[in-house]
Amino acid sequence: MRLILEVWRQADATSPGRFERYEVDGVTDEVSMLELLDMLNAQLVAEGREAVAFDHDCREGICGSCGLMVNGQPHGPQDYTPACLQRVRTFSDGDVVTLEPWRAGAFPVVRDLVVDRSALDRIIASGGYISTATNAAPEALTQPVNKHQAEAAMDHAACIGCGACVAACPNGAAQLFTGAKVAHLAELPQGQVERYERVRSVVATMESEFGSCTNYGECVPACPAGIELDVIAHLNRDFRKAVVIERRGEVPQRTDVPWLARLRGGPWWQSDPGDAGDHTER
Amino acid sequence: MIDPVEAAVMPTEDRRETGSTGPGPRDEGVGSERAGGSRRSLTRAVPVAPAPARSDAPAVAPTSPRPRQDNPVLEAELDRRRTVGPEIHDAAPTGDIRTMWEEHLLNLRLVNPANRRRFKVIVVGTGLAGAGAAATLSELGYQVEAFPLHDAPRRAHSVAAQGGINAAKAYKADGDSVDRLFRDTVKGGDFRAREADVHRLSEMSVRVIDHMTALGVPFAREYGGQIATRSFGGVQVSRTFYARGQTGQQLQIAGSQQLLKEVGAGRLKLHTRQEMLDLIVADGRAVGIVARDMVTGDIVPHTAHAVVLATGGYGNVYFKSTLAKSSNVTATWRAHQRGAMFANPCMIQFHPTSLPLTSEWQSKLTLMSESLRNDGRVWVPREPGDDRAPEDIPEEDRDYYLERMSPSFGNLAPRDISSRAAKIQLDAGKGVGPLRNGVYLDFRDAIARLGRKTMEERYGNLLELYTDATGEDPYTSPMRIAPGPPFAMGGLWTDYNQMSNLPGLFVGGEASFNYHGANRLGANSLLSASVDGWFVLPWTVADYVAPLLGTDPVPHDHPAVTQAVAEARGRVEHLLGIGGTTGPDVYHKQLGELLTDHVGVERHAEGLAKGADAIKELKDDFWSNLRVVGHGQQLNQELERAGRLADYLELAELMALDALDRDESAGAHFRSEHQTEDGEALRDDERWTSTSAWEAAPPDGVPIRRSEPLTFDAVPLATRSYK
Repeated sequence: MRLILEVWRQADATSPGRFERYEVDGVTDEVSMLELLDMLNAQLVAEGREAVAFDHDCREGICGSCGLMVNGQPHGPQDYTPACLQRVRTFSDGDVVTLEPWRAGAFPVVRDLVVDRSALDRIIASGGYISTATNAAPEALTQPVNKHQAEAAMDHAACIGCGACVAACPNGAAQLFTGAKVAHLAELPQGQVERYERVRSVVATMESEFGSCTNYGECVPACPAGIELDVIAHLNRDFRKAVVIERRGEVPQRTDVPWLARLRGGPWWQSDPGDAGDHTER
Repeated sequence: MIDPVEAAVMPTEDRRETGSTGPGPRDEGVGSERAGGSRRSLTRAVPVAPAPARSDAPAVAPTSPRPRQDNPVLEAELDRRRTVGPEIHDAAPTGDIRTMWEEHLLNLRLVNPANRRRFKVIVVGTGLAGAGAAATLSELGYQVEAFPLHDAPRRAHSVAAQGGINAAKAYKADGDSVDRLFRDTVKGGDFRAREADVHRLSEMSVRVIDHMTALGVPFAREYGGQIATRSFGGVQVSRTFYARGQTGQQLQIAGSQQLLKEVGAGRLKLHTRQEMLDLIVADGRAVGIVARDMVTGDIVPHTAHAVVLATGGYGNVYFKSTLAKSSNVTATWRAHQRGAMFANPCMIQFHPTSLPLTSEWQSKLTLMSESLRNDGRVWVPREPGDDRAPEDIPEEDRDYYLERMSPSFGNLAPRDISSRAAKIQLDAGKGVGPLRNGVYLDFRDAIARLGRKTMEERYGNLLELYTDATGEDPYTSPMRIAPGPPFAMGGLWTDYNQMSNLPGLFVGGEASFNYHGANRLGANSLLSASVDGWFVLPWTVADYVAPLLGTDPVPHDHPAVTQAVAEARGRVEHLLGIGGTTGPDVYHKQLGELLTDHVGVERHAEGLAKGADAIKELKDDFWSNLRVVGHGQQLNQELERAGRLADYLELAELMALDALDRDESAGAHFRSEHQTEDGEALRDDERWTSTSAWEAAPPDGVPIRRSEPLTFDAVPLATRSYK
């Protein structure tokens, strides 16, 4: 079939971008969204024109590199599927297909369809881990983990970090991504020690970089890893607990996590520590 | 998910050990070793003669002794293409293999915690090995700078490993142990790996699982809360730890989180989207790298006390591979050009169950877990060119060739053997599918036996992946599969410290060569990367930098630095300035076809010589007719691909040469002129119990092949058999 592509072209982060129209002929059903771009690029290179830049790597749905809006939908028309595994089958001859970079304020365009998703890494760097020095781990079996909890942790840990949740969100919020990490580590006994410092810290980073969640739920069908909305509930629950625990002074004043140290400057919930007493749920 | 088979060890051997087989020449050898009180003889093993002495069990068909003669035609051909350098000795310490690593650690130099911040270490690549090394060195207090190619450390190709990670935890009462994993790995590698290194790999495997569990990897659990393990077909113990079908992803996420923890704490400097273009060598030591910022195009040097390369394997040289698209050989190849030796480049493993190409535009092969072969039956039509739909082909017109060729292992025959068997069918014109490039993997009988629901539970996500990719329903018509290259056993040569012959250049993970010999055991790739990164490099790097206390990294105006930068810039400008008409991908596809034809699943001398010449021609054409659109001061993916391909073209030539030079069959390196009457790999232990380590060709010269002789004291040389 022949497809007409409307592709976002932008030379770099500072230049203005625009849509350009191309035609690709001879597209067969098995071609993936990314291979469609390969076909276009082969054509452009043969004509001596600049190829469309796009992020991609493993092409089997696990690395999370690829990310493009296809007709306004993150990764393409198929739910729960990354662009690299979506085929053009659903299009018909002569269709116009619009390809854009992730739409989110937190992901500035680097070039064409490539965006900068380092904000997601800053969330992780601010606490999305379990601090364990190499060689310090005890024998793995000393801490049994309930099978259901291990499975739940795996469900949340499946996130591939592509950023589709943010791109799908009308608010550009990263709650699904952050919630998945918080829920993953909170399900495991190893993650308990730093549980509440972690959630305070990653939420602070998330809020400084991304929009706010208003429970649209658009992120869920966009997620190629099948992360579910309950991770956001988990995130909110742990966050509230963390605030309460912190006001009671039960969280150690950690100095080695810069984000936490910055928080001590006094965000809104610390403005009136006197009302902490009512919230006693643990 | 499960990678069942290629782990398969020699059933004959294991039967021999349990004493259930009849006497044979080899049994006497074992008996005498046992009489000596230890299975491991302290004296150097005398290489046994080829085939007859090794047919150690009745299950192995006796092979006729082949008198081996030097092949003067081949020798002449080789002399034209390479020279032979001095042998390599003392790469590993000597002594008792079981206590070697511990003793070695005692001999390594230490750096006082207060002095560690005075040393700078560069880590290139942040996959499983790189992230582990960088995070650990940073925790210890060294100044670490990490250089991933990706925009985020989580994306390295380690994420794609599905099956699991081996560890000798012996959580089941099934007779597993450190020594058994060691022995399985040595045998699985067809006796072409270094024993000392493999033993360390097995020992440290135990720590890796502890560490990864502590980092929050959600390993599968039993109902009682213990960590679950699964077994691989062919291996008789259950030692593979897994997190669904995403084990690699989970280990990589845990590793990258530790790396980011160090970044967040301000201790580690992470330079994302940086491609290493050259290694800086001053006074014979590796002192830094030249890297290109892939967003701005700036090419700048970074110097340090030591450089760690953890840049992965080179299987992508075949273009149609199961590797991620940006996997490349540039970092290690540039190091090779600067003096580091490249070991066993011809050793490439082909995975028998990747999806065949369905269209001309398909950009890569998708790997399907080998666990599918537990319940699927592999077949092709009996007659070439049979165009009937698979459902319409009656039983008598089907050839279940794996079950026919290897009755005891059947569809679970190991990777190299299955891949080769598939190629034989494809070459005979019996391939199926629109492009006649696959074989069937049929679940009809399993569905009839177990029901569709059980199949969904076992393989649901894999079968879905297949439907996504092909639009076909594997529950009603058979899947099509084909061999594809996923893993490079070869890589930069290193000593026991994971240091190359260039002092200061350390190599870890798939980028190095030392654990897998001629064939990697399933679920050992994640293991080797984890062990190198977390549990070897942090100790050995310290040993190297310790005496450099008080010195600074080489200044950027040092002639070695300015020269390396100028050369890297020159190469980029050259690529941009060729002004031809053909894009890099076109060349890459052609290179892949040449390699698949000549340096593929099966090789022979004539084809290899022809292949090497054809690759050279392609290389000449590349350098005169390449077109790179765009310019260098921007994100230019065509330029990145062109640069990587330029190095792949050179590597491909060396792969063909190494395959030609290694005049034997071993593991995945199958030379059709060296096979038993049953079509199995026939090693030549007398001449080739060695690693080939190549030095780059001097100007106007040919590459120099050096050999590191291997000894097998702890695991006596024996023939693999999967009949």
